[in-house]
Amino acid sequence: MSLNAFITKETLDGSDDGPLAGKSVAVKDNISTEGLRTTCGSAMLEDYVPPYDATVVELLKDAGATIVGKANMDEFGMGTTTETSAFGPTKNPVDESRVPGGSSGGSAAAVAAGEADLALGTDTGGSIRCPAAFCGVVGIKPTYGLVSRYGLVAYANSLEQIGPIAPTVEGAAALLDVIAGPDDRDGTTRDAGTDSNYAAAADGDVEGLTIGVPTEFVEGADEGVEEAFWAALDELEAQGAEYREVSMPSVEKAVAAYYVIAMSEASSNLARFDGVRYGKSGGYDGNWNEAFARAREDGFGSEVKRRILLGTYALSAGYHDKYYAKAQDARAWVKQDFDEAFEDVDVVASPTMPVPPFELGESLDDPLQMYLADANTVPVNLANLPAISVPAGETDGLPVGLQLIGPKFGEETIVRAASAVEN
Amino acid sequence: MSDTPVDADEVRHVAELARVDLDEDEVEEFAARFADILGYFDALDEVPEVDREDELVNVMRPDEVRDGLTQEEALSNAAETEDGFFKGPRVS
Repeated sequence: MSLNAFITKETLDGSDDGPLAGKSVAVKDNISTEGLRTTCGSAMLEDYVPPYDATVVELLKDAGATIVGKANMDEFGMGTTTETSAFGPTKNPVDESRVPGGSSGGSAAAVAAGEADLALGTDTGGSIRCPAAFCGVVGIKPTYGLVSRYGLVAYANSLEQIGPIAPTVEGAAALLDVIAGPDDRDGTTRDAGTDSNYAAAADGDVEGLTIGVPTEFVEGADEGVEEAFWAALDELEAQGAEYREVSMPSVEKAVAAYYVIAMSEASSNLARFDGVRYGKSGGYDGNWNEAFARAREDGFGSEVKRRILLGTYALSAGYHDKYYAKAQDARAWVKQDFDEAFEDVDVVASPTMPVPPFELGESLDDPLQMYLADANTVPVNLANLPAISVPAGETDGLPVGLQLIGPKFGEETIVRAASAVEN
Repeated sequence: MSDTPVDADEVRHVAELARVDLDEDEVEEFAARFADILGYFDALDEVPEVDREDELVNVMRPDEVRDGLTQEEALSNAAETEDGFFKGPRVS
């Protein structure tokens, strides 16, 4: 049976030479590819063919990579399981009765199943790290501003980054080396990443590394996940690292803050899909607003509508101070907690996901439960920090991911620490 | 529960603001879900005030003319065009 990892399977060849020559790469379907349809997992964009390449796609081609298709995803990146795709769910190659995680589930499944050597995903609240953990591969969410978002179909601009998924830490770091760096078409990019060599940092040397473990990230995790997590930390300790508990009280408010901010930004970003310039028009009668509203009723799935409506509500008169302004306070608090933690430790560690992969269909009926599964990943996006998910054993035959979070532009440190977990 | 319960009328109002039509089943379902989710968002009431130390700077570049999409490329995904323009529904 097919895993349904790809929405569009078509090959784009890169240049003849380069660091990724001979490598096949799956690209998440919210990243624009010139001449190759880019659907964002949505019926709204079923026939949309971008007239230009995203910066990361240009970089892939220049590096000699062969793009082998557009990977399945939760619609517009909204989901934790890749079940909200209008093109059907992707299956987890480790256990086909389970989800691959989301929203970059197609990217992670393609790599885990060997259907691509490498993949690009996007991470707004954990969407690279979650499927990497569920599929037993490596995923990196870069520091905000390290990788250009030009050509990424926006969901929540202040939170999302494009990043690599690979079978190994070194492979993920090498792909990050190709896509990192400033871009004059994305004003949020920084000079960091120019001439980077993150792959060289995958040397497994953790002698003297200090790891902070926030109790708030471990409490409430599934028992088998917690056992695998502590075993991985003991292994790092045996290699010369040391760990200590740290407290980050803010993270208990992070999920609420994340969803308020992400939904608010989504309600604004998705206003562009009007069925006139692009998107399904439906050809409805009536005035602009009526035709527009009908087209969006047809084109968007439930989770996307839910987030647009909740975001519109959170920004509406009378509720802005209660929800959006408070969420920004919580965001500053999370950032402050991380800043204080990094005064004492080099990296912060947690289970990537507090639970093993869900059964297909299990979480769809309860969106709030699905949102809570992101508790360990969303604080990283709120603080705009880098983080990696690396396989750290199993529970009942299902993969467990270890998340290592670094200070701003501390990609080398998390790559080094994660490579020791592979030893 | 939230202290701002959302009824079906309020869901219809927000859907109208967001320009998304909903069918009646969706209105009922969303009203029920919103109460749960907004109730959960009430946890933000306990967030303390935090000094924000971000030094925000505007990032500017010279406003120089450069190549963009051709008119044909810009129109390539439009359902309807006329004389090189996008054609939309009437505005009133």
